[in-house]
Amino acid sequence: MRAILAAVAVAVSIGLAAATAGAVEPDEVLDDPVLESRAREVSKGLRCLVCQNQSIDDSDAELARDLRVLVRERLSAGDSNEQVVDYVVSRYGDFVLLNPPFKASTYALWLGPAALAIVGMIAVFAFYRRRGAAAGAAAAAPRPLSEAEKRRLDGLLEDDPR
Amino acid sequence: MTVELGHFALILALVIAVVQGTVPIVGAHRNHAAWMDLARTAALAQFALVAMSFGCLMHAYVTSDFSVLNVAMNSHSSKPLLYKISGTWGNHEGSMLLWVLILTVFGAAAAAFGGNLPPTLRARALAVQAWIAIGFYLFILLTSNPFERLVPAAVDGRGLNPLLQDPGLAFHPPFLYLGYVGFSMAFSFSIAALIEGRVDAAWARWVRPWTLAAWTFLTIGITLGSWWAYYELGWGGWWFWDPVENASFMPWLAGTALLHSAIVVEKRDTLKGWTVFLAIVTFGLSLLGTFLVRSGVLTSVHAFATDPARGVFILLLLVIIIGGSFALFAWRGPSLRGGGMFRPISREGGLLLNNLLLSTAAASVLLGTLYPLMLESVGGGKVSVGPPFFNAVFIPLMAPLVVAMAVGALLPWKRADIASALKRLWLAALVAAAAVAATWTVYADAPLVGLVGMGLAAWLFVGTLVELAGRIRLLRATPGESLRRFATLPRAAWGMTLAHAGLAVAIAGMTGAGVWKVESIQVMAPGETVNVGGYDYLFEGAERSRGPNYTILGGRFTVTRDGRPVTTLFPEKRTYPVEGRQTTEAAIHTTFWGDLYAVIGDPAGNDGGYVTRIYFNPLVAWMWGGVAIMVVGGMLSLTDRRHRVGAPTRRRTTGRAKPAPAEA
Repeated sequence: MRAILAAVAVAVSIGLAAATAGAVEPDEVLDDPVLESRAREVSKGLRCLVCQNQSIDDSDAELARDLRVLVRERLSAGDSNEQVVDYVVSRYGDFVLLNPPFKASTYALWLGPAALAIVGMIAVFAFYRRRGAAAGAAAAAPRPLSEAEKRRLDGLLEDDPR
Repeated sequence: MTVELGHFALILALVIAVVQGTVPIVGAHRNHAAWMDLARTAALAQFALVAMSFGCLMHAYVTSDFSVLNVAMNSHSSKPLLYKISGTWGNHEGSMLLWVLILTVFGAAAAAFGGNLPPTLRARALAVQAWIAIGFYLFILLTSNPFERLVPAAVDGRGLNPLLQDPGLAFHPPFLYLGYVGFSMAFSFSIAALIEGRVDAAWARWVRPWTLAAWTFLTIGITLGSWWAYYELGWGGWWFWDPVENASFMPWLAGTALLHSAIVVEKRDTLKGWTVFLAIVTFGLSLLGTFLVRSGVLTSVHAFATDPARGVFILLLLVIIIGGSFALFAWRGPSLRGGGMFRPISREGGLLLNNLLLSTAAASVLLGTLYPLMLESVGGGKVSVGPPFFNAVFIPLMAPLVVAMAVGALLPWKRADIASALKRLWLAALVAAAAVAATWTVYADAPLVGLVGMGLAAWLFVGTLVELAGRIRLLRATPGESLRRFATLPRAAWGMTLAHAGLAVAIAGMTGAGVWKVESIQVMAPGETVNVGGYDYLFEGAERSRGPNYTILGGRFTVTRDGRPVTTLFPEKRTYPVEGRQTTEAAIHTTFWGDLYAVIGDPAGNDGGYVTRIYFNPLVAWMWGGVAIMVVGGMLSLTDRRHRVGAPTRRRTTGRAKPAPAEA
């Protein structure tokens, strides 16, 4: 039990320790501001692999630093942003990308929100159609109370205790 | 002794919860008044016992009783009193105890103030509360007992993570849990309503204030966490789309939707099934949030296995509660048919659109948060889902919502004329266009999201004021009449106005802070100056000193603007010897247009220099201020007579219920 607790405590502290500030160090910064801003742009999209959900731009872990330096070296050597990202992915795999690539294993992720929105809109549309039809029927034959109205009436009668 | 008393009280609370979860249900079924009434006594007793149990644990923390394993693992005798107290819930076991404490607070409140609820509904809802409590008592007692003794006792404790030794984070969990657990009220009343097969306006009138209270607390809790990240992590970030943040954001999104759909149930007696469904989902997401954070499953699927007992227990609890509720909903939900008819273009239609967008957003955040877990567990490889994904999905969903918010609030119930509503918003459109133009003039290279954000903020802010002006018939009635209307506006109406206007201010702040942050990282020797965001920062040096349980490296910056003094900043780097860790304390000077933000790092260079990080974070005060306005709106609305807990008196509906006065 105690060992487990200790393990949890350590796990939690590593996560939080990695969260403390001080990512990019002055000696890493490139002299060329355009190149540097490209480096920041690229860094923000790359995951610090030993941290929990942090970009290498935000993390002060050793590995994140190495990757930041690597990114800057490649950019200085004349690579485009895409080439740098491709290079890092070739070494570490898709896991390093905070912006997941659009491919078979992530179709569900990328298309999911749109699919959810469409399903939701269809449901709302169907709701209005059904309601509209019900309202139309009620208007055509106003005499008998509909089931819903009866229930509502019952509800109202029951509702008022006074 | 005190500790055993606390342990015993918790076991007794479990026993009482079992009684509360069974007898009143049978009583409600047989219409047996005494059996139903037992629920109230039991709920109050549960609260008393858990409060005592929690008090005992807190006592152990305050007195630094290191014969208790939990205290020895998470506290230290040299900690300031505040953090000894907050240490009670700054760990897994204690935070779960806080969770049930808050659950029993809500249960006791329902028992104490629910006098004029239908007795069967009250009995059933309290029984459902007890079922939830049973699950959590068992979880604590079987897998996460904070009262476990340590033999022999430790000489001193291991200390509390220094990052948690902070006022913002000390009160973050209680507010978060008040929010999470507050949604249990809406949940319990939904389950009770499903059992009864009836949802009506009285039900909604009871559920609404609890949902609103939970929403307000959750808003405070999330913001405290975000604020803490902003000043403590040292680079001015305030939202990272981290799974732990998402865990609290999903119930907030669903809860916001619930808040609005409950209005439709109360005023128009329709969307009942959907509202009950949302209540289940909202509380389900709260439970999921607790599960995600507490099981360690987020760190990696494998961390889950380091303590399977806990993870499996919560997962089981989650499956039983959510699965059971959905099954009940599938069975009884179809009988909840609504009465009130409405056209797509109407107040109801606007609220339904709100629900559509918010629930899609909540589901998308859920998808993004769980996708890496799902993919890995089916052997699909490892994938990271980070901020780029969430921003790409969330912002396009929220933009139309904000556009619709200003319009929807102007629409009357049942059926509305969109053209006349849009006509009333000409001023909002004008100001929004001006805001975009002004932003573009100041920042010619502004990204699209910056322009859109500022435009939306202006649109919503002015749109909300237009709605307010319509209510008080500004410029249509005599000034005296407008003033009278202004003074007698129902508080719920003020609540909406403030919440919407606050959101507008917060959107402007989030856009500013997110898009136009200025950063400067360098080594500075004493006497050197850098210019960041138009301010000159003169580094005067750094010196070491001592705090209560840490040592300090304190820097000093004199900030001037065009030669005029602005402020002096004292960033600190603290070292906690007990825990062997460092924290950053950024120095922040808040101005209307942005925060001056300075951080001191390690010594560097040969001439006594230090790494310094200086930021200008634009409009951050707007962000916090906007959220504060929303919270005030929520609280003000709670004090409305018609929201007063358990006051289902039938009054002529005014305020939100009343359609905006017809157009001349």
